[in-house]
Amino acid sequence: MSITAPRTEIGAELALEMYRRMTLIRLFEEQANDLYRSAKMPGLTHLYIGEEGVAVGVCSALRRDDWITSTHRGHGHCLAKGAEVGRMFAELLGKEAGYCRGKGGSMHIADHENGNLGANAIVGGSTGIATGAALSAQRRGTDEVAICFFGEGALGQGILYEVMNMASLWRLPVVYVCENNLYNEYTHYLEATAGDILGRPRAFGIEAREVDGQDVRAVYAQAAELVERARNGGGPAFLLCHTYRYHGHHVGDVDRAYYRSKDEEELWRSSRDPLALLGTWLEEQKLAAPEDLKRLEDEARAEIETGLAFALEAPFPDPSEVTEDVFA
Amino acid sequence: MPRTLTFAQAVNEALSEELRRDETVFVIGEDVAEAGTPFKVLAGLVEEFGSQRVLDSPISEAGITGLGVGAAMTGMRPVVDIMFGDFLTLVMDQLANQAAKAHYMSGGRLKVPLTLRTTMGATRRSAAQHSQSLQAWVAHVPGLKVALPATPADAKGLMKTAIRDDNPVVVIEDKMDYTVKGEVPDGDDFTIPFGVADVKRTGEDVTVVATSSMVRVALAAAEELEADGISAEVIDPRTLSPLDEGALVRSAEKTGRAIVVDEGHRRYGVAAELASVIADGAFYSLDAPVKRLAALDVPVPFSPPLEDVTVPTAELVAQTARELCGK
Repeated sequence: MSITAPRTEIGAELALEMYRRMTLIRLFEEQANDLYRSAKMPGLTHLYIGEEGVAVGVCSALRRDDWITSTHRGHGHCLAKGAEVGRMFAELLGKEAGYCRGKGGSMHIADHENGNLGANAIVGGSTGIATGAALSAQRRGTDEVAICFFGEGALGQGILYEVMNMASLWRLPVVYVCENNLYNEYTHYLEATAGDILGRPRAFGIEAREVDGQDVRAVYAQAAELVERARNGGGPAFLLCHTYRYHGHHVGDVDRAYYRSKDEEELWRSSRDPLALLGTWLEEQKLAAPEDLKRLEDEARAEIETGLAFALEAPFPDPSEVTEDVFA
Repeated sequence: MPRTLTFAQAVNEALSEELRRDETVFVIGEDVAEAGTPFKVLAGLVEEFGSQRVLDSPISEAGITGLGVGAAMTGMRPVVDIMFGDFLTLVMDQLANQAAKAHYMSGGRLKVPLTLRTTMGATRRSAAQHSQSLQAWVAHVPGLKVALPATPADAKGLMKTAIRDDNPVVVIEDKMDYTVKGEVPDGDDFTIPFGVADVKRTGEDVTVVATSSMVRVALAAAEELEADGISAEVIDPRTLSPLDEGALVRSAEKTGRAIVVDEGHRRYGVAAELASVIADGAFYSLDAPVKRLAALDVPVPFSPPLEDVTVPTAELVAQTARELCGK
């Protein structure tokens, strides 16, 4: 892949904040996996580990009043957009204190106050919602921007092309962020994706770029440009982020040899890890010492532990709540 | 002062008033602007409100419904126009999985004040993909409200209520009704609450519960029956969700006999649900089983002699009532 990201200057403060957020997501997801494996979590979940650079790089370029829509693999997006760890865990556990009062679970966390219009369990299902939020931002006369996160699997869904067409026609402030983690569930994307991915948005006249999704600074730089472009009336954009999911499609997908090799997984983990890449850069640039990064990790770990304890102790919803919230 | 308007004029007036009243309201759909829809229901709106608020879209039903959901979540009140009810098939993910569930799945954090207006009804010689009455499909989904106006006044009042509602509402209009005239109350504040049935004609001997296009069929049947000495009460639920179960049950308790007529298919349909509500609620007052009249369980055919036998008629309703009343 040929990716030459124009690097806007990223100061120590932002770089450290991105490191902290990526660490928080990594630890949250490791804990979610433990909750599944120890049978404390109902159902299952889709881990974002390995892809942290995308959510954090993009969301670091956003304001609180900008909008995002997320996917079934959405914890990273939620946390990057400002969600609290405790209420996230509470939702994963089906507790009343969760973001959705236990009614949504892992795949439906929404956080309207922070601009998160919801994770979505239909692949491509939120592409219309993000584009509609952009239409709304434009019609309400604001300079808000909408980000539509989706995996490369959503490239197979027709609605994506319907809404990209309208976004371009009406110059809507939306950035489509395609997280190509190489696998549509258990199938390599090349078996499911004809032609050139970037050729698709370009056919609609949409500015389309690609970036190394493991390099959070590069993601941030591209996202910041495209978001500001959209904010200033420049219209929609498409950002293809090359990334990799370290775990399976979901937490139960542990035997993966039939669709990808252990060597491939190990190569990404050892040489393309977004946390390691940023950590190394911070140290090389003398922006942080190893103990600074360790302190950030310890702080994140404490936040996770506090949030988890809160969620584990929180009560389940009363069964009488089952009929609440059907209608507003 | 009530005025006489066509059904189409009443819908148009509802949208005009709401567009004027609330700047977050906008209309999006195929050929809604200059064309004013193929049925000319929206004629003149784009001239008054401009193309930013009456927005012609590409032929992308799923896409515009999705845009509507996102716009509704973020402070707008979109009216998504789906030209034919048959195209509900194309929007079902956005309507049933997104719009209907967002409020519940988010524990009440997201709201989707979206109105989706579309059409229903056979006998226009439009064949199987432009004639279906799919109200059962949407009424089955928790989280959606469903309104079926049968008169110009109901068309206006229900549309205004739909736009002001904080939930996704599907308003289904019968294409054959657009030129029907009726009295419509004056005033911007005229709305019709959801979940309140309307007695279209009072009677004593048999209750006919009818929706949308079948209300005029039921009223014509009631005229016929009057000549035979049978007094039929015609009740229009007006909204399927929420449903005014009490009004249906009370009428059946009074008359002791009930017929339900809906233009959707009979099998697993709206008529079945309404009949079940009456059978449960009025069981001890019923003198006969509740009768269900609905569209034949066949795709709507093109040829007029074929199409005409697929939909309940006034004659069929009257005949069924006579049998129920032993006359």
